[in-house]
Amino acid sequence: MSRAKNFQIGGLVVLAGLLLAGILLAGGVAWEKWHDGAPTAKIGGPFELVDARNGKTVTDQDYKGKWLLIYFGYTHCPDACPTALNDLSLALDKLGDRRRDMAPLFITIDPERDTADVMKDYAASFAPDIVGLTGSTEQIAKAEKEFRVYAAKHPTKDGGYDMDHSSIIYVMDPSGRFVTNFTHETDPDQMAAKLMSLAS
Amino acid sequence: MQFRRFLFSALAALIAVGGAAFAQQAQQTGAKVAVTQAWARATPGKSTIGAAYATVTASAGDRLIAVATPVAGAAQLHQHTMDNGVMKMRQVDAVPLPAGQAVTLSPGGYHIMLVDLKAPLVAGQSFPLTLTFEKAGTVETNVTVGGVGASGPAGAADHMNMDHMDMGAMAGHKG
Ligand SMILES: [Cu+2]
Repeated sequence: MSRAKNFQIGGLVVLAGLLLAGILLAGGVAWEKWHDGAPTAKIGGPFELVDARNGKTVTDQDYKGKWLLIYFGYTHCPDACPTALNDLSLALDKLGDRRRDMAPLFITIDPERDTADVMKDYAASFAPDIVGLTGSTEQIAKAEKEFRVYAAKHPTKDGGYDMDHSSIIYVMDPSGRFVTNFTHETDPDQMAAKLMSLAS
Repeated sequence: MQFRRFLFSALAALIAVGGAAFAQQAQQTGAKVAVTQAWARATPGKSTIGAAYATVTASAGDRLIAVATPVAGAAQLHQHTMDNGVMKMRQVDAVPLPAGQAVTLSPGGYHIMLVDLKAPLVAGQSFPLTLTFEKAGTVETNVTVGGVGASGPAGAADHMNMDHMDMGAMAGHKG
């Protein structure tokens, strides 16, 4: 083989290599983008919290097989949280037999004040099947992170504090994957219709 | 005879016009404020905080600057804002009341925050509330307590304000 020919082949190999690398890179970026866009990969995950009704530890595994309806809030919240929990309870009332397949959870973002004792009656005031969950500061912080919930203390004039927080109801399927979410703009009829179509 | 009748009518008309003008004058300087449809949510569980709402109309424009009630340790003016899905609650110094415009304090907007409630607020009960205005001074009203998640005053067109038990019964509750 001549040196010129060798050089030509070498060039082709390098070119082919570059092309392959380009394809892989583009594919990789596309894959990553697709993955980023899919919320299932981002919202929700393992959690360990405390059931306010009995003080027992519960994890995400305890809810496998049920549709999880999760709202993060706090009991010193007179406006947004009662509105969301009331909307949720009105939606549950419209589910008929499908209600049995739902596990509605109210998770506190203010574990300091929202002890199990405070949480249990609070959640049940809206619907008997809404379960209040609390936990240690670490347990709550972990759950917030898994569900991408924003929560921050805001000091008040009287020396106390209020919480700034995401006001979203997450819907997780029976295998624990995020499916959809409701906001303050979703009315109970819309929630019920969506849940009925998902669970049937 | 005809002339006397005319004189009487003219005089009556003059009095009517003058009276109306006088009434208007009084309204402009009297700074009247009307407070209607005051309501609150029942407190869930052992909660010691609550929210009250009302519709306020200041005929000449005013500012709601303070609130007080014997049922709570403190009552404050609060505003709720939704910022990119994040709910924030802030104490405000005053609620502006443009002249002649009905301003409705309602969930998701302004509320009267009740702190350190001395007893739970129970649906069906009512309690007194004193509102203080910059110009009009104080106005007393009576607040009716609705359900824990009531969205408006009792008797409003929607039935969202009924408490949960009623709704449950209507929808065939399966708890
Ligand atoms: Cu408030």
